[in-house]
Amino acid sequence: MDITWYLVLSALLFAIGAGGVLIRRSPLVILLCLELMLNAGNLALLAFARANGDQEGQIFALVVMVVAACEVVVGLGLIVAMFRRKLPLNVDDMRELRG
Amino acid sequence: MEEVAFFIGAIGALGGAIAVIALRNPFYSVLALVVHLVALAGLFLMLHAEFVAAAQIVVYAGAVMVLYVFVAAYVGGVEEPIWEPIPGQRFLAPLLAIALFVELSIAILGTALTSLESEGPVIQDGFGAPAAIGELMLEKFLIVFEASSLLLLVAAVGAIVLAARRQGEPG
Repeated sequence: MDITWYLVLSALLFAIGAGGVLIRRSPLVILLCLELMLNAGNLALLAFARANGDQEGQIFALVVMVVAACEVVVGLGLIVAMFRRKLPLNVDDMRELRG
Repeated sequence: MEEVAFFIGAIGALGGAIAVIALRNPFYSVLALVVHLVALAGLFLMLHAEFVAAAQIVVYAGAVMVLYVFVAAYVGGVEEPIWEPIPGQRFLAPLLAIALFVELSIAILGTALTSLESEGPVIQDGFGAPAAIGELMLEKFLIVFEASSLLLLVAAVGAIVLAARRQGEPG
């Protein structure tokens, strides 16, 4: 398979993730869509690593996974805090920084 | 044979991704993301990123998704209307996503990188294996490794601060 196939697939997955962030209103699903976009980026990094025959891109992908894990932990902490305070789990209702 | 494997992985990844944004119940969205991640790990294997694929399954589809499932179960299946009554959003959001895809595709297909139109160069044994990745990470990318461990520590502390019960707050 040409590397281009992987890159086009990664672009498609990234676009789906971006569309999901724009459409959905639940913060949990928006976090899931961020995961989609990060994973699309990972696929592109690994495809470029394969195209260059170089493993450094794979290190980048691992670091992206670490960043994604941090983002998940903080994001889910925020969602739990919102739920505890009986705030609406809807990003349209939460447009101000102060709760 | 390789084409068949690629298309099976691609269909799994695309189907999972579409299910994530199309399903109403967040719990099902999380499960769809697990399907997406497993299919993506198969594609990583085909790109000879064996260690990254294993980490994807263990860390992502395993640990991170368990965290998501717990939170989705904790806050309950909040049924939300998929389409919100913001005027024009129904058409604008998919339009923007399609525009993004077209733009990225033009960038990919119009590139002058000739290496993209092949299967990539011949690689030696052990490409993407844990030994090679570990050597790179602990020698050339040691600072990146240490910085990411610090980032994880900060995120863990931040999550505890965010989710901790305040005094007098009902649990």
